[in-house]
Amino acid sequence: MNLDINVTETDKGHVAFISGEVDVYTASKLKETLNPLAEKPNSDLVVDLSDVNYIDSTGLGIFIGVLKSTEKTNSTLKLKGLNERVKRLFEITGLNEVIDIEVDEREEA
Amino acid sequence: MEETKISMYQLYKDMLTSYLANKSEHALYHAQQFSKEMMEKDMSPEETVSLHLSVFQELAEDLPEEVVDSFDILLEVMIGYGLAYREHQSLRDRQQQLESELTVAARMQKSLLPHGEISLDSVDLGVISVPAGKMSGDYYDYALDEHGNIGVAVADVIGKGVPAAMSMSMIKYAMDTLPEQRTQPGALLENLNRVVERNIDSDMFITMMYGFYDPNNHYFHYASAGHEPGFVYDAVKDEFRNLEAKGLVLGVSPKVRYFPDQLHLDAGDFIVLLSDGVTECRVDGEFIEREQLVDMIRKYKHLTAQEIVDEIFQELEKAQEFQLRDDFTLLILRRKV
Repeated sequence: MNLDINVTETDKGHVAFISGEVDVYTASKLKETLNPLAEKPNSDLVVDLSDVNYIDSTGLGIFIGVLKSTEKTNSTLKLKGLNERVKRLFEITGLNEVIDIEVDEREEA
Repeated sequence: MEETKISMYQLYKDMLTSYLANKSEHALYHAQQFSKEMMEKDMSPEETVSLHLSVFQELAEDLPEEVVDSFDILLEVMIGYGLAYREHQSLRDRQQQLESELTVAARMQKSLLPHGEISLDSVDLGVISVPAGKMSGDYYDYALDEHGNIGVAVADVIGKGVPAAMSMSMIKYAMDTLPEQRTQPGALLENLNRVVERNIDSDMFITMMYGFYDPNNHYFHYASAGHEPGFVYDAVKDEFRNLEAKGLVLGVSPKVRYFPDQLHLDAGDFIVLLSDGVTECRVDGEFIEREQLVDMIRKYKHLTAQEIVDEIFQELEKAQEFQLRDDFTLLILRRKV
């Protein structure tokens, strides 16, 4: 399974749109793309996971690493578009308490 | 060495003579045996070619010059094969060396896990832990304290193999320094978290569930650091419930509080702790659902705790064609009386 990452620039940072599976095989690609964006001082990084079906624990680790980078550079990390399975993973690991996760608008409506 | 060469020469000559005389299959079979011997004696392919030429020159006098000269080309070509063969051999030696180092490390790692059986009137305990490779990133523990409390733990380091195994031993050593917190699951996890946070890569983490059963009042006290929820079996209602507690995984942030929870166990009730290697088992390409796992536990629940975990492992291992994708740990603690 491949992982595609599409990064666009915004006023105050970047949005990364990810599609595919984030697992032990694709995690390093994700890390290489997201970490430099997170290391930019005072910027906002939004990661859109609407097209991600599955994240394994190695993938979760990448998000933790990215979160730690943003904390060092006074930047922010926000995740959006999590499906049920992925959201559950962030809940079990307690990461939803430390990472900003945007609630899906479609669900609220 | 010189003697070997002479005997190989003679052997080759006999073989070739016999084949040229009657073209027998037998001589061809001998040639196969000869090539094995050649490899054992570290003879290179180009040496064999030159052996063939000298034997042949002796057998067939007056070989046309072109035939003899053509062997120069063949020899040159074979030298490349010879080099590749020697490289293959040195890699094989190296691999065997690494393999044996890993075996020693794996044995050492096994010695970090508890061995003795806990045989008590109050509880029935069973555990199985199988690494996907040689080394495991899963950790488990069970221990009995002087008041009769039984502490149980399952932890899972992300990833697998050697890096995960090294982090797993960190949990073991840290646990050993905290004996007085074995009856304080929240404080235990808070202390472990501090150790892990200081000593782990920024994109690694560990999940863990720790609990202890007090046979005096029949309560199980537990706390979780982002660990895969376990199960509780209620014998009276014949029902399984999730065993979960909120808490962040170990290694993300230095100051995290863990709030323990508790539940009462009646006789026959049991607790199931597991690593995500259990729920990440894929059967026919699909992850097994927690309900499927519950069905399996239900099927074997009349057995002893050890038999249940063994049966479930065997069933899931078979369903995955004996190829575990992740380290697998399953622990059951049942209140007997």
